[in-house]
Order: sequence, then C-alpha cells, then structure tokens
Amino acid sequence: MSDVAFLVITVVKIVVVFTAIMVGVALLTLAERRICAWMQDRLGPNRVGPQGLLQPAADGLKNILKEETLPAQADKLLFLLAPAISFVPALLTFAVIPFGAPLHTKWGDIPLVVADLPVGFLYILAISSLGVYGITLAGWSSNNKYSLLGGLRAAAQMISYEIAMGMSAVAVLLIAGNVTLSDVVARQATGTPLTWNVVPLALGFLIFLVAAFAETNRLPFDLPEAEGELIAGYHTEYSAMKFSMFYIAEYSNMVTASALMTTLFFGGWDIPFTTWDNTAPWTLLKTIASVAMFGAKVGFFLFLYIWVRWTLPRFRYDQLMALGWRVMLPLALVYLTVIATAIWYLHERLGWVYDARFALALGAVNVALAVPLFFVLDRGRLVSGSVAREGA
Amino acid sequence: MTTTIFWAFAAIAVGSALLCVTRRSPIASALWLVLTLFALAALFVILDAQFIAVLQVLVYAGAIMVLFLFVIMLLNLGRAGPSDRKGALAWAVAGALGAGLLVPLAGLARAAPPAAIQLPEGTMAALQQQQGLVGAVARPLFETYLVPFEITSLLLLAAIVGAVVLAKRKL
Repeated sequence: MSDVAFLVITVVKIVVVFTAIMVGVALLTLAERRICAWMQDRLGPNRVGPQGLLQPAADGLKNILKEETLPAQADKLLFLLAPAISFVPALLTFAVIPFGAPLHTKWGDIPLVVADLPVGFLYILAISSLGVYGITLAGWSSNNKYSLLGGLRAAAQMISYEIAMGMSAVAVLLIAGNVTLSDVVARQATGTPLTWNVVPLALGFLIFLVAAFAETNRLPFDLPEAEGELIAGYHTEYSAMKFSMFYIAEYSNMVTASALMTTLFFGGWDIPFTTWDNTAPWTLLKTIASVAMFGAKVGFFLFLYIWVRWTLPRFRYDQLMALGWRVMLPLALVYLTVIATAIWYLHERLGWVYDARFALALGAVNVALAVPLFFVLDRGRLVSGSVAREGA
Repeated sequence: MTTTIFWAFAAIAVGSALLCVTRRSPIASALWLVLTLFALAALFVILDAQFIAVLQVLVYAGAIMVLFLFVIMLLNLGRAGPSDRKGALAWAVAGALGAGLLVPLAGLARAAPPAAIQLPEGTMAALQQQQGLVGAVARPLFETYLVPFEITSLLLLAAIVGAVVLAKRKL
C-alpha cells in the first residue's frame, strides 16, 4: 500500500469513526432520558420527531443559540480551552480499538482500526488519563469555589482509580501475551465464548468495570458534579455550547469505556459460537456482521451505564476514597499476583495453550478468590444492601 | 520529513520549557511543562521508542502533573504571585549558569556514542518484530538487570516511607 493510499484510507477511517461516535453520543443522550423515564414509569422526551429521535438535534440547536457567559475574574484562556481539553482525549482513545473484521476491497484488506499501534493498550491508559485536565482546569478557571471543589475531586478520583483499572487490565495482557488490542481480540476468538477474557478473568472484569465507572465520572461516582452539594461541580459556570462540550465528552468517554470493556473482556468484534468471522477470506458480509456484533456489545455496556445511573445512589466522598485505595487497589494487586502465578503454572509447568480448558481453569481460580473476598473479608458491607444490614 | 518533524517538536519542547520557567502563575507553568512532556514523547516516537513515549505521557503528563495541579489548586496557589526575579545581576548569574549547562551539550553534539553501546543497524527493529515492543524492554529489565531493578524499587519504597513519616505527626 502506497503512502498516499494509506493516508486516504486513514482519513476516511477517522471521519467514519468520528461520525459514528458523534451520532452515537447524540442518540445516547436521548437513550439516557428515555430509559430513565421508562425506569421511573414516565414517557420521557417523545415530541420532536418519531419517538423523540430528533430531540438531540433540537438540544444541539438550542445550545448553539444560547448566550455564552463568562464569569467575572475567570481565567479567560483556560476557561475557553477546558471544554476542548476534556473533549479531545475522549475521541483520541478510540483510535486503537479494533471494531470489525478486515474490510476486503480491491486495494487489499483494510483492518478496521484507525491505528493499530504496537503500544495499543498503554496508549489508551496514557490518553484517557489526560481527560481529567479539562475537568480540573474548568473547575479552577471558573473562579467559583464549587467549581474548584468539583475539579479537585475529579483529579483525586482519577488518580485513585486509574491504578486499579490499569492493574486489572494487565491480567488481560498476560493472557494475550502482547499489548496490541488486535492481538487481545485474536486471542479471545476461538469459536467459543468460554475463551472470552470475562471467563478466566471474571474478578478482573469486575474491578475494571467499577474503575471504568469511576474514570468516566458516572453515577455512583459522579462526585465531581454532585449537584446535591456542589450545584453542578466543575461545569457550574458553563453555558450553551461549552457546557454541551462537557456533556459530549462525558458520553464519548462512556462509548470508549464500553468499547474497551468489549474489546478486553468480551471478545471485541468476535461473533460467539463460530470461527466463520475470524478466518480469511474476508467478505463484506463478515465485516458488516462483526461490526454489528461489536456495536451490540458496546450498546449493552452503554445500557448498563444508564441502568446503573438510575439505580444506585451516589457515594459519599470518603466512601469513594476508601473504596479506591483500601479495596480496589489491594484487590487488583493481589489479583494480578495470583493470576500471573496461575498463568505461569498452567502455561510453563503444565504446557497448556490458551483454549477453553485454560480459561475454565483460570475461572475456577477466580471463583476461589471471589468466595473469601465477598463472604469473608467483606462481611456483607459491599455486597448486601441496607435492608439486609438492618435485618442483621 | 523526519528531520522536519524533529525540529518542529524540538522547538515546541524548548519553547514551552522556557515558558514553563518564566511564567508567574504556577498553573501556567505546570501546563507548559505538560506540553514539554508531550513534545518529548513525540521525539521518542521519532526514535522508534514508542514504549518510552507512551510511558512518558502516562506517568508524567497523566499522573504526576495531575497531582501537581491538584496540589497547586488545593493550596490555592493558582493566581500569579510576586516574581522572584531580582534585578540585572540575578539575570546575569542565571544566564551564565544556564549557558554553562550548554557547554557540555555542545561537546556532545560532535562526539559519537561509544562503540560498546552501539548496536548494528536494524537490531532494534528485528528485536521488536521478534518479541514485541514491550517484550524488547521487559526481557532485559526482568532477566538480565533484575537485581538493579529491584534495588531501584527499594529506593522508591524508601522514598514513600520517608514521605509518610514526614507527613504524619503521629504514626
């Protein structure tokens, strides 16, 4: 492939991914409100267009036409830059996530990933940790003490949960034997969903899920905006399109986090129970089917985000910090040690290659770890609800 | 092409480093330092050291600088304070010291690296092809140089313990 062809194909891929994320985000804002309404036995926005489908367009138009406000004594430059700083990393992260089987064209097979970097997963960790700059600077530059508190909380929360998130994902990389996400997907695609990483690394997935919720500032971890205590936290002073940018950034982060959970733990674009989609020759049908599969999995996690948001109450700040440092971090460390030992034993000592048997053996290790964790160490503090505690 | 990119990022790195030490607001300084780190990461990528580039962004820009910002905001040091640059004499001394640092650099520009640490052309590329980008770093680090690595980690542990002892009045 010549340099020019590479450039053209990459630009096309970027445009397609960007458009898909933006449309997804628009629909997601609607989905959030409709699902919330459904869970609360209301109707939700259903006036603009069929089933309210044009509501995001109406919201966007309203936000563009609204007045932009600038608080007195605000740091003008940073105040303007902050929404962009939080928005850009949310989109950059998606660049390394493979979203379908290679597309067969007359110019050759084109892998469906914007850039299959050799550092893959590390790139995601690096870029996703930058999003917090936008939130923190927004909080600081607004010259508002509630905003500042929100920004501070965002920074502290991000640092606290980032380590647990990285640690739990290292287990995935141990199984894949590499850090590129296309290798991670390829290793999971053996024709049976038993080799999806969620089976051998169930506890790791749980840690990753919780940390991903915290990293995207979604309930029950939305302390940076906590409207009950901080008005609206870091975006209190923002109006119109700048406010909207924070919203878009939050939802883009959700899309990326969902795509990441899909890729790392649920086989990426792999269609379960068949290897038809993982083997050449590549056809258009395979590409469409695998992209649809990827979309369905990502959609499920996005629904999970919304579902959790309208189900769980918000943490207190001290609970958030205690969970991050006293539970998640030690748990992730111990988990990584145990899993690494188990993989070494199965692979080096017993000489097993990664297949369903290997996955189930590791899954058994997970169960053996989960039982003492939830029933002995926890003694009902995290797992059971308040009703069970009152009964005890 | 590569040379152009190198000079562009080198200019950004030096320029933002200069801005980092001359700004009066600590927040502005911290942000210019972040930009410097980014430009350095780009230079590492040009050198085919993507792993180090990513670690640079991940550890320094993503974690340590966030912590810096956190502390600056927590102590409310964000607004521009009084300058501590005092008069022409101070400028002269600082300039002379800075120029003194450039002298060994000028010497380095002409010296070639010793033959002992020079690998034949293409060794790194072959190594990366064979073991992957991370493997090429991990194998020497955790096999050949395991003992120095562990000693370094002890050093960091001692630093952490020291920080805790200093920060906590009562243990």
